[in-house]
Amino acid sequence: MFSFSKFFLASSLEEAYTELLKNKKNIILGGTSYLRMGNTPWNTGIDLSNLNLNYISETEEFINIGAMTTFRQLETNILLKDFFGDIFNVALRDIIGVQFRSNVTVGATVFSKYGFSDLIPVLLSLDAKVKLFNGGILSLEDFLNEQNIRKDILVEILIPKKYCKTSFQCVRKSKTDYSIINLAICNFNNKITIAVGSRPGKAMLAKKTMAILNLSENIEKEIVNAMKHIGDEIPLDSNMRGSKSYRELLLSALLRKGIQEVLN
Amino acid sequence: MLLTTTINGRKKEILIKDDDYLLDVLRKEGYLSVKRGCDTGACGLCTILLNGSPILSCSTLAARAHGKQISTIENFPKEAKTFASYMTAEGAEQCGFCSPGFTLTVIAMTKELQDPTDDEIMHYLNGNLCRCSGYISQLRAIRNFMEEIKNENC
Repeated sequence: MFSFSKFFLASSLEEAYTELLKNKKNIILGGTSYLRMGNTPWNTGIDLSNLNLNYISETEEFINIGAMTTFRQLETNILLKDFFGDIFNVALRDIIGVQFRSNVTVGATVFSKYGFSDLIPVLLSLDAKVKLFNGGILSLEDFLNEQNIRKDILVEILIPKKYCKTSFQCVRKSKTDYSIINLAICNFNNKITIAVGSRPGKAMLAKKTMAILNLSENIEKEIVNAMKHIGDEIPLDSNMRGSKSYRELLLSALLRKGIQEVLN
Repeated sequence: MLLTTTINGRKKEILIKDDDYLLDVLRKEGYLSVKRGCDTGACGLCTILLNGSPILSCSTLAARAHGKQISTIENFPKEAKTFASYMTAEGAEQCGFCSPGFTLTVIAMTKELQDPTDDEIMHYLNGNLCRCSGYISQLRAIRNFMEEIKNENC
């Protein structure tokens, strides 16, 4: 059972970061829905609830999502829907229930780089960036590949403002289970971005498949070709939810469905 | 730490451990309508309203309820009774163990969604599992309940 000996309600990011560095067993608390499934005894749980990090706002270039924003807020937000269609709603609405999604935070999910995440592929396909308290702003892709960031605070997610067509595809064994595989696709001015998650490893971009589609004069004609390549490009594996070969078949089929959705 | 919170309209001061979850605190305080089910955040039995929004008390740290309003099913006697009559009429009520959490989620939904479709209702409630009655009869009961609320508001 997850436990910690001290609850620390931070009054500033500086204070939270200082507290985080005091002990390697100090941890930033997100929604704690997944953290509580572990057995690690932590020293101090640092809470960011009072830092006004619960927001979805816009600047000239970006949509900014605070680290303490919940999945439920993403799912129902009009601004996100205006720019990116239904992708946040479709990707998140089947994650357990409203009560759960009202608790789970964007910051904890992204910082933890959960391989089963339905949100991370969506953000990856939208070319999102992460803002870290100490590490500054870096692309989500770089952040996911970075191994050395362990003690930092994810402050916000920045998504470039662009009106695009999007699609989220996934297969689950039951309605509210984790995805066996998921796929987020974005079409911005006929430039396709594809992110694959629940491989079961952490989400990644299908860059070669994207290149096949984006270099083509007629994307629709290249779909079959892309379906053949994506399985070679994206490393898939087996786990209790599905075998590697099943995932290969699903990925290919979901790619076709998703590309067709963002072209129409 | 000392948790100061309001439960069903009454201000409370409760001594808690820093890592206590709300479910354990509420049950220790005698709010036994808040049920422990899966204890992993999946079943919705432990649902309560925190500042009016449904949350899972098994996954919410009690310390985070400091200064906030907690509502359990006892805070909604009229709505709970009316909804229970529709559940019974549709054969949607059997063992009843999931009912407090389920009813609270329905009450929250009626405040949040205006005229929801069946699909929206099912998505709102997909975090409330029921082992015995099946979901179609529940859906009929919810529609009838929402119809009554709509008529009352007209």
